[in-house]
Amino acid sequence: MATESTLHPVGDATMSPEAMRRLMALAVAQRRRRRLQAWLPWLVIIGMFVIWEIGVRAFNVQQFVLPAPSAIAESMVKWWVPLLDNSWQTLMTTLIGFFLAVIFGLLLGVAIGSSSLLYHGLYPLLIGFNSVPKVAVVPILVIWFGIGTVPAVITAFMISFFPIVVNVATGIATVEPELRDVLRALGARPSDIIRKVGLPRAMPYFFASLKIAITVAFVGSIIAETVAANKGIGHLMILASSRFDVPLVFAGLIVTAVMGVAMYVAAVAIENRTTGWAMRGQNDQQVTVPGV
Amino acid sequence: MERPFVEINNVAMRYGGVEGTLALQNATLSVGKGEFIAVVGPSGCGKSTLMKLVTGLWPATAGTLLVAGQEVDGPLSIAGMAFQNPTLLPWRNIIDNVMLPLEVVEPHRRQLRAQRAMYEAKAQDLLRLVGLGGFDKKFPHELSGGMQQRASLCRALIHEPALLMLDEPFAALDIFTREDLWAVLQDVWMARKPTVILVTHDLREAAYLADRVLVMSSRPGRIIAERVVDLPRPRTLETTFKPEFVSMVHDLREHISAARKGEEVVHGH
Repeated sequence: MATESTLHPVGDATMSPEAMRRLMALAVAQRRRRRLQAWLPWLVIIGMFVIWEIGVRAFNVQQFVLPAPSAIAESMVKWWVPLLDNSWQTLMTTLIGFFLAVIFGLLLGVAIGSSSLLYHGLYPLLIGFNSVPKVAVVPILVIWFGIGTVPAVITAFMISFFPIVVNVATGIATVEPELRDVLRALGARPSDIIRKVGLPRAMPYFFASLKIAITVAFVGSIIAETVAANKGIGHLMILASSRFDVPLVFAGLIVTAVMGVAMYVAAVAIENRTTGWAMRGQNDQQVTVPGV
Repeated sequence: MERPFVEINNVAMRYGGVEGTLALQNATLSVGKGEFIAVVGPSGCGKSTLMKLVTGLWPATAGTLLVAGQEVDGPLSIAGMAFQNPTLLPWRNIIDNVMLPLEVVEPHRRQLRAQRAMYEAKAQDLLRLVGLGGFDKKFPHELSGGMQQRASLCRALIHEPALLMLDEPFAALDIFTREDLWAVLQDVWMARKPTVILVTHDLREAAYLADRVLVMSSRPGRIIAERVVDLPRPRTLETTFKPEFVSMVHDLREHISAARKGEEVVHGH
């Protein structure tokens, strides 16, 4: 540990002016890069709308084929009350389905990940379940529960359930054998191993799956709403398209995308707060302490 | 003479059923209480298998295994283990990592909540002993490989195990770090006198640390030689340049070469 004294913190007094200047320049370049990174997504989105607008005008595309962003915006302003109303409905439906998926997905994921017997027993069924197109299930749900919110909640649940189960199970099942041995050699019960190692280790996998699950949950609820609902953004889009109000259909799509991105960002924020330890060295330069 | 702490009699281990690989055969050895032994051998000779059997992680297919006079029939909570990888939990800081065994092993498990301060002080002492004082709140990824391995040693020692099992703990480290940690391990052993079984393929490490070195043959592993290292302690790096030490390492080296030749003959037909 004698090497610790050789560590030069930034801006050490012994540095030459030349080295100091270079260090400053590096810091400035890094800051500029970070600022660009923060703005880039907005630039890309705005750029896409601009190109879209120009393309539609230049090629004189009919509105019922592809409306220009300006037409979509106009439609959004005109129909903002039903848009807000219906997207609120879709958001709630999606979130209820998603939270059910989180609860059951975690439970089943832990069970499957910690018991190879359960894993082998249940996995084929789960795969089969996941392969069934959810849109084909909606009519059955309608028979059982009638037209309305319940089929949409269940569809959102079914579609977002699988990625959570698989990820949690993977996180728990891939605990390093040596780590398991350390605990087992201490006389740890299987429940100790799951609690102390399996679950915390599965958390990064779990949060990664939440990002996928929340976006596909929207797919689920909107599919169900287009088939059998009397409310929700999917229902609104079906109504609009039956009236050839294509700008309103696109307005619905954009509102859905915005909700999806917002939920995704929320999931990322939670992920960064809770499992920052698994993300080290990607965004920030890792600081290692020299010496043994 | 009192009874050996670890007694292994004609133990065999075969993986994967009757037709499986025989990893260990007729292994017989005994380790006295507070003794430091090293097991060396060519790679794949069943050294790690021996570790797993002694700690009760796996059952032996033949023979008897006694630790502290009792037949081993399941994981022993009197053992502490450290491996080639530090296997620290990345979401816990160093002191919480070191204290992990206390959350599992009785009677500490029950007392941990009430006497947290006492246990924490104990962990701090241990960290200071291995040269990690002041690093208790760091996370594993903020530490170098050598420091992580020191923390891993602390974790193996925190519950004061009577038996310390080390499976190539320094194999992944550079030579200078490794030599530093030899001295650390020797200090710890001299201060607490646990019974230690060290598995390694580094003959200098074995000769530096152990009271007795056992050489294993290639698979199926048997113990083919035994050397008592009667160099005075504490041994230092200087010791490793003394003629007695060098000839000891040389002698061990020849046994290993013979064992590896045996392997080639087996592969020949």
